[in-house]
Amino acid sequence: MNDATLTRGQRWLRALAGEAGTCGTPSSSPVAHVDAQLAGDLARFIAVVPDAENRFARARENVVGLEQGWLLARAVREVIESDAASERRRPIVAIVDVKSQAYGYREEMLGIHLACAAAVDAYACARQAGHPVVALIVGPAMSGAFLAHGYQANRILALDAPGTMVHAMGKDAAARVTRRSVEALDALGETITPMSYSLSAIAKLGLLDRLIDNVDADSPNDEQIARVRQALIEAVASARQGPRDLSHRLASDAAKTTRAASIDVRRRIAEQWNAC
Amino acid sequence: MTSQLTSPPPFIARESFIEMTARERARALLDKGSFRELAGPFDHHTSPWLPLQGIVCQADDGVVIARGTIDGEPAVVAAIESAFQGGSIGEVAGSKIAAALELALRDCENGHPVRPLIVFETGGVRLQEANLGLAVIAEIQSAIVALRQHVPVVGIVAGMVGCFGGMSLAAALCSRLIMTRQGRLGMNGPEVIEQEAGVDELDASDRRLVWQLIGGAQRVATGFADALVDDDASAIATAVHSAFARGVPSAHRSQQVDAYLARLAQIDPQSVTPESMRTVLRACADDGSTAETQS
Repeated sequence: MNDATLTRGQRWLRALAGEAGTCGTPSSSPVAHVDAQLAGDLARFIAVVPDAENRFARARENVVGLEQGWLLARAVREVIESDAASERRRPIVAIVDVKSQAYGYREEMLGIHLACAAAVDAYACARQAGHPVVALIVGPAMSGAFLAHGYQANRILALDAPGTMVHAMGKDAAARVTRRSVEALDALGETITPMSYSLSAIAKLGLLDRLIDNVDADSPNDEQIARVRQALIEAVASARQGPRDLSHRLASDAAKTTRAASIDVRRRIAEQWNAC
Repeated sequence: MTSQLTSPPPFIARESFIEMTARERARALLDKGSFRELAGPFDHHTSPWLPLQGIVCQADDGVVIARGTIDGEPAVVAAIESAFQGGSIGEVAGSKIAAALELALRDCENGHPVRPLIVFETGGVRLQEANLGLAVIAEIQSAIVALRQHVPVVGIVAGMVGCFGGMSLAAALCSRLIMTRQGRLGMNGPEVIEQEAGVDELDASDRRLVWQLIGGAQRVATGFADALVDDDASAIATAVHSAFARGVPSAHRSQQVDAYLARLAQIDPQSVTPESMRTVLRACADDGSTAETQS
């Protein structure tokens, strides 16, 4: 495949783990995964990639459709099953470059909600079983696609580069739905942190463990790739020390400020849980 | 049910569940007299983000959390109120659901099972709290996956809003799903698909088509939900009792990866219709049991 046509997900998968298809899935699969060394571990790197010939016409780009959801689940569950008997659980790295879930008539009919849930389930099970799960955001991490591929991770890292973003809805659609211009939407994000599309805002919400700057997301050099790899190694080590649930996301100083309401209502429900 | 009537008698004393508020629904599903609300309206946990956008808050942020018993067993109900912001999930609303599930998990791990029940009525993420809505939905999903190893997590999609967006994934993670014919379950609402993919892909104004696609009857017939129940509070409560009594499924729907990939491979995307897919996906849910219809 011509280098210029690679998506960021494919490019970073190749940069960090090598060629998909040689030791991973066939190159025609919309979910590419490669097992490669990461410090002392054989980690599994997973990316959703374009699949021009996919049977489902609405799911030919780097989006999460029916096959993608179930194949993500399979790629993750293979690791869980292969490590079931061993004490040390291998890391799983989700390379996140997903534009959206697939929007289509057939997708709804055939249960895309369940396909995406299967991916959520697999990633959550892996984390709960002690696999360090790290999401590396190299492109868009949008809505249901990010829920299915990345949001169940112990640790979330992102490149601070143009084109990386996290949001519940694409900017154009969100502008239409809320009857605002794209510019007005951006302005709103400045004052209302959860409305922002920027990764620095995500960091302020305590949802991002590390923002990696000075990286060319489209054509990284060797030094940049090495820095990202080092960040992954540190995230894996930190995940191994931390809790297996998502409570870590509420523990940072950032979260204590911006997610005070989340923490406060949890405390209240815990206080009232047992009748006095 | 000890006797099956061929058709329900007209004007039978039936109480619509769909027409109830979230609080009434939670009360109707718990054993009589056992309802106790947590973080209720008088505790005043409201959205910190809506006032910044000139939107009036609601004192419970649209979610009712209630402890009580179901069939005499300790339980917790999380019921979403569709009348506030379309049942959308904001930071506080979603954190309430996550907290209830996380505390149920803690009790289960300590050997004190709690029956978790979620009444879905939601379009998904509340767009005014976008990224926090998405974040709390991920937290809810994580809690469901952990909790259902100990107890079945039961969900209800009664209507009229239905269950969409990230919360449709949460519903799909439940051990058992109860739906009415008026309930709809899908990831992308028909209007969103029409907007994203064009009217040729899906005409959202074609109500018959939409219900054939994602309505409760179709979802139960194709194994995406487990029980089809009439819009009657006592029939729904009976279905809830039966769902808990059946215990944790041997394999949850969302774990059956190879089986679903195999079924998907049998589908021809060009010719598949709601009718033809029934033969491929019929009643292949949890532990091989067939879907129930209760009235």
